[in-house]
Amino acid sequence: MEWAGLINYGVFMLTLAGIYAVMTLGLNLQWGFTGQFNIGIAGFFAAGAYASAILTTPPSADHLGGFDMPIAVGLLGAVLVSGVLALLVGLVTLNLRTDYLAIATIGIAEIVRLFLKNEDWLTNGVRGVAEIPKALSTTPLDPALADLLVVLAALAVVYGLLERGRRSPWGRVLRAIRESEPGTQASGKNVFAFRIQAFVLGSMAMGLSGALYAHFTGFISPEAFDPEFITFLVWVMLIAGGSANNRGAVLGAMAIWAVWAGTEFLTGKLPAEFTTQAGALRIFLIGVLVQGILLWRPEGLLPERQDGKKRG
Amino acid sequence: MLVYGLVLGSILTLGAIGVSMLFGILRFAHFAHGDMMTFGAYIALSFVTGLGFPVFGALPFAIVVTVALAIAIDRLVYRRLRRTQPVILLISSFGIAMALRALIQMIWGPGNHALQKGIQIPYRVLGVAIKPDHITIVVGAAVLVVALHLFLHRTKLGKAMRAMADNPDLAAITGIDNERVIAWTWGIGASLAATAGVFLALDTHLNPMTGWHVLLMVFAATILGGIGKVYGAILGGLVIGVAVEMSTLMIEPAYKPAVAFAIMVAMLVARPQGLLGGRA
Amino acid sequence: MSLLKIEEVRGGYGKADILNGCSLEVAHGEIAVIIGPNGAGKSTLMKAVFGLAHIHKGGIFFNGEDITNLATQKVVAHGLAYVPQENNVFPTMTVEENLEMGAFLRDDDFREQMERVFELFPRLKERRAQPAGTMSGGERQMLAMGRAMMMEPRMLLLDEPTAGLSPKYIDQTFELVKTVNDLLGVTILMVEQNARQALEIADKGHVLVMGRNRHDGTGRELLDDPDVARMFLGG
Ligand SMILES: Nc1ncnc2c1ncn2[C@@H]1O[C@H](COP(=O)(O)OP(=O)(O)OP(=O)(O)O)[C@@H](O)[C@H]1O
Ligand SMILES: [Mg+2]
Repeated sequence: MEWAGLINYGVFMLTLAGIYAVMTLGLNLQWGFTGQFNIGIAGFFAAGAYASAILTTPPSADHLGGFDMPIAVGLLGAVLVSGVLALLVGLVTLNLRTDYLAIATIGIAEIVRLFLKNEDWLTNGVRGVAEIPKALSTTPLDPALADLLVVLAALAVVYGLLERGRRSPWGRVLRAIRESEPGTQASGKNVFAFRIQAFVLGSMAMGLSGALYAHFTGFISPEAFDPEFITFLVWVMLIAGGSANNRGAVLGAMAIWAVWAGTEFLTGKLPAEFTTQAGALRIFLIGVLVQGILLWRPEGLLPERQDGKKRG
Repeated sequence: MLVYGLVLGSILTLGAIGVSMLFGILRFAHFAHGDMMTFGAYIALSFVTGLGFPVFGALPFAIVVTVALAIAIDRLVYRRLRRTQPVILLISSFGIAMALRALIQMIWGPGNHALQKGIQIPYRVLGVAIKPDHITIVVGAAVLVVALHLFLHRTKLGKAMRAMADNPDLAAITGIDNERVIAWTWGIGASLAATAGVFLALDTHLNPMTGWHVLLMVFAATILGGIGKVYGAILGGLVIGVAVEMSTLMIEPAYKPAVAFAIMVAMLVARPQGLLGGRA
Repeated sequence: MSLLKIEEVRGGYGKADILNGCSLEVAHGEIAVIIGPNGAGKSTLMKAVFGLAHIHKGGIFFNGEDITNLATQKVVAHGLAYVPQENNVFPTMTVEENLEMGAFLRDDDFREQMERVFELFPRLKERRAQPAGTMSGGERQMLAMGRAMMMEPRMLLLDEPTAGLSPKYIDQTFELVKTVNDLLGVTILMVEQNARQALEIADKGHVLVMGRNRHDGTGRELLDDPDVARMFLGG
């Protein structure tokens, strides 16, 4: 009985960690390899979640659709919608300096949030979208395990694609852009096109992650997730794992998710009168943790590898 | 509407000056600025509700505590990260913002508070209803801006601050202690942030998200004025404040922050060096 | 006794050393000149004196006191002033404010010294309310020197004070350096690309190559050295 509970808990946690890992990989492409400072992650995540939810739910009077499509179509739609959003954002902002891009992306995320919250016809506003179908629900698999399988499969695909990209000439160009943009421009590459590609692809991963989340929980609303917190946690994961290293990104996602889960046990031990503050305490601890990482291990658990070899 | 715009603009100006000065000296966008505003407001709240201080009696304490916090964070964290790229400071300040907000929630709880109880009787000036608080906020902000101007142009320390924003190495060569200037910059930035936070709490209500919600508008004001430029921040704050409040005539109030953001993006694309021009 | 003494200094900005054992001594009241090819480490040596490049071996002494790796803002208090090669004025500040910054550490009345600087550079007086960023290259160079003079230093480090100036201004600058040295008794160490003119007014010259002394001697000796002549004096 105990064991079954523990395993269930483990599966649940691993699924969420996997969802975060997909986002972390997306951010790694943007920040780790290309040097783009995106702190609007939650915006792309939410766009993907809503896109897939609306595509796959049964028809409803509360929001646009639903279109009752297969989940695969929903995932694809999520990737497309977040990709198009990223393209629009990127065309306007990607020529900006790092600080400006950071501020611009946070603005985008805020607008997405306001939009989802206020456009009732599309999203049912604060009441959210319910009855989002579960993946593989027609198979005899345990639903929790099915979720985990789908998430891990998606993670494997994203990881595989990014690793291929990293090793390719394309990945080298991105790193060159990160290191010194003027030099790359001089060597005749269309820097802007590369930056757009990296930004769009990274945001697509975030959108995919949002869709996975929607199917996992079955219900989404603007209040269901705290956008700053998601964005922040993904950043912590990437920095902890080691930016510009895809394995590091996945490892960081798992490790920080474990720490995050661990803080729940910690705050669970607090006397009852503190339980309302427990969530805040956990965020506080993560906020302090990231300072520690930046101060004492800025390169993360797995530092960037240079063409397969460890850096001297 | 115009009155609301000026009130909001005054508050944004106080925040934007701090962000702009910090950027000028430390070269990074301080993401914890909004939460520093919130923190200052909560300190004032504690003095008002806990010890029965009047709001303006509580303000100096709010300033002192917020400044102490800012300098402590700088010493503990930012200072040690200065040798790396400024963008690391940006990430760090994002983490500080989260931690600070969580801390506020732990101490004061997640709910709404009002800094001032009771309803104020508005004055009628030329047919427009103006609350006494509005006058306090606008006049208070104006006084602080003038004081800051005098400080930057008339005092040795203020000039040293401008010198360091221009060229930190050269400033050091002439004997200016960079760390001391940085501490003073935090002092001024945090004082203005605490004041802005208290004003914001006077104008609306206070919860742990209050500052974070205006941060985007503060950044918009900073960028509109040209990041790193103190005078631009004043203009930027007023323009954003008025534009945001006026926009409610045409579009839903829920999209207020989006208006600030749209102005900011248009600005970034058209004139990244800011309204007043000059160095980028 | 030598006023500035640099002993076997090694160091740079990070991993690779730029200075590989560089030594020189400047006596009270002298003009010393450093010449050398681009990238030899001439500017780095001056930055090292001012704590802007790291020294991990060797030492720097000023007036008998050890100032090796001293924090930049503390060096000027010893009576040593420095005009860097680039970015040597505060662009958004006015001429007068730039000069005030030069006197940052002075608590006494420095108006007299400012008048003296204005006498040396009448041009600056005309432009005292103008932001330094809007001035011409030559004017900025004057302002940078004037700023350094505000502390009434015992010694002045000048990094290529004639770079980018027209021949007329170059002559004027060398005249000025001589005046400051003769009349005000300020010891001078300067890096120069106009090697011939610089060595002509120099008491001592040093040729720096790859962060190391290649030739040392009086200005005259270096001018007459065929090796130096071939490399730096245009035949
Ligand atoms: N801030 C710095 N960080 C890293 N390397 C630097 C830095 N400044 C200079 N260098 C390197 O140090 C070497 C020496 O530079 P330095 O400026 O001292 O040469 P220099 O002799 O003054 O040349 P020039 O005649 O062109 O002024 C060069 O290879 C340069 O690239
Ligand atoms: Mg040089």
